[in-house]
Amino acid sequence: MADVRTTASPEEVAKFEAMADSWWDPNGKFKPLHTFNPVRLEFIRDAAATRFGREIAADQPFTGLSLVDIGCGGGLLSEPMRRLGFAVTGIDATAKNIGTASVHAEKVGLDIDYRACLAEDLAAAGEKFDVVLCMEVVEHVADVDLFLTTCARLVKPGGMLVGATMNRTMKSLVMAKIGAEYILRWLPRGTHDWKKFLKPSEFAAGLRAGGLEVNSLKGLTFNPLENSWSLTGDLSVNYLLTAVPAE
Amino acid sequence: MSQTVSSSAGVSGPVLTCDVVVVGGGLVGGTLACGLAQHGVSTICIDKDDAAVLLDTGYDGRSSAIALACQRVLDGTGVWAHMVADVQPILDIRVTDSNSPLHLHYDHREVGAPMGYMAENRTIRRGILARFAELEKATLLAPASVAAVERRVDGATVTLTDGRVIRARLVVAADGRRSQIREMAGIRLQHGLPYNQVGIVMTVWHEKDHRGIAHERFLPSGPFAILPLPGGHHSSLVWTEKDPLAWTILKLPEEEFHAELMSRFGDFLGEVKVVSKRFGYPLTLQHASRYIDLRLALVGDAAHGMHPVAGQGMNFGLRDVAALIEKVVEAKRLGVDVGAATVLEGYQKWRRFDNVLMLGMTDGLVRLFSNDLAPLRLARTAGMAVVNKLPGLKRFFMRHAMGDVGALPKLMQGEPL
Repeated sequence: MADVRTTASPEEVAKFEAMADSWWDPNGKFKPLHTFNPVRLEFIRDAAATRFGREIAADQPFTGLSLVDIGCGGGLLSEPMRRLGFAVTGIDATAKNIGTASVHAEKVGLDIDYRACLAEDLAAAGEKFDVVLCMEVVEHVADVDLFLTTCARLVKPGGMLVGATMNRTMKSLVMAKIGAEYILRWLPRGTHDWKKFLKPSEFAAGLRAGGLEVNSLKGLTFNPLENSWSLTGDLSVNYLLTAVPAE
Repeated sequence: MSQTVSSSAGVSGPVLTCDVVVVGGGLVGGTLACGLAQHGVSTICIDKDDAAVLLDTGYDGRSSAIALACQRVLDGTGVWAHMVADVQPILDIRVTDSNSPLHLHYDHREVGAPMGYMAENRTIRRGILARFAELEKATLLAPASVAAVERRVDGATVTLTDGRVIRARLVVAADGRRSQIREMAGIRLQHGLPYNQVGIVMTVWHEKDHRGIAHERFLPSGPFAILPLPGGHHSSLVWTEKDPLAWTILKLPEEEFHAELMSRFGDFLGEVKVVSKRFGYPLTLQHASRYIDLRLALVGDAAHGMHPVAGQGMNFGLRDVAALIEKVVEAKRLGVDVGAATVLEGYQKWRRFDNVLMLGMTDGLVRLFSNDLAPLRLARTAGMAVVNKLPGLKRFFMRHAMGDVGALPKLMQGEPL
């Protein structure tokens, strides 16, 4: 925790501490994330299955591979990844999130290495992983370029990074910021700062500086009738990407 | 399946862990457990009856009609291979109305497949048990009874009366119309209006071969169905009769009972003999107000009980089974907790609306056909004639009878998960 202030902005940390306890309530404050979760899990799983030649119908298909979930929050991605067989490390700058995540994992009987630290701490210790997850976290950090470069360095040779965030477009301002926070009240007001949303080209540039090339990019679109999300070609609001070490 | 002695406080017996506990190992619960286990979901099935005793009980006269889409579910869960030698394909269904020469004729040659199959319940049960034995991830605990179910946000614990404890992510109630698990969860039932009808069910032997033809007659007192069983010379009967009269008929001495039967059955299959016990089932309609609760899902008769007019009870149960397997396997393969609220909501959304519609339709059909008012009789006579004349509409009804209409789970379409 020595370098907490290098990339995590204190205001962001304070906001999530206030919400930490309700992470695992599917009808609570994090309801949108629970609705959103299956489609991002599918994206990560399918990308990893292709990258590592694993069969998704197998029992714990990713056994033998390591994964780090950066900005793991309450563990909404870390737990499914552990069930799929990865050896999972979950890190978060907010100690309260790590507390929540650890308590929950123990209750449901999953062994996950949760640590209250930053990506920089792992990089400094020379740790590397087969899969690095940067999901819905880059929009909350203070120094985006430093953060992305650091994340890229955590990827093992032959490994991959999966990232997700929100695009900085007029549509995302209307949908993800004003719509989600003010009109639909999906998220507490002030959850996101639209100016921190990242264009796909900016995300790719940050990763490139750390030696990764983006090799797939997908948009996420919400279907209000089905109350579900699906993968599409529309990158204008939410998007997901994978990146692998440059040849 | 891991079996460990628990060290946690407050628990003394051996502790079993699994993904899903299915309470009720009948046709619906057993198929569900096999299907889940086959797709990598560790499943413990609890049944109050000793399986061997059920199979040893002689010819008890109970059979089930299996619609084509449901045959695919049995096939996709690996049960069908163990029963296929003892089933009767339904090649033709002839529907007649007592007061009219017009009739509806469903011929399998028009859709290119049997309309469905008939099998003794014993045959299906034997298939399920044989499949259980092949599946590493399926465990059958029988005879066993549930003493308590504790459902929490983070998991469920089922305690058996013999002290064994099972920890699971999800509990499924497949324990029938009077579901103990549903009652423990406080899920209320909505009842349809009483039909004041009783289903008289038995197995008969007949002189002539049935040639795979099923007959459904709409008599003034209600539907009378003759359903072909394997071998050519046995059929299952479902005879609907008005309430007080039915119980009188059921108690008639053999000779008088036979006379009542023959006046409805007719002599087209030659001599007819009753070879099973006579069963009487009051026809009622019940529907659970919801199919899910915290870490709980209801399937089959525990969720919905209906008039057996079209043999739809087990078929509807197998639809629930196919949908729940698909949702649970989808979650399992994403690493999602299989008993999470989001998974269960997906199941309920898929099945409950469908069942509300179907219960309404079956109910409406029975009322239409068991009413002896002249205008209604005319309407149904005309209706049958119209259906017969319009090939598209008729094929739709045939497909419906085969269970092939609606947003079908993959297992019902014969697709792998």
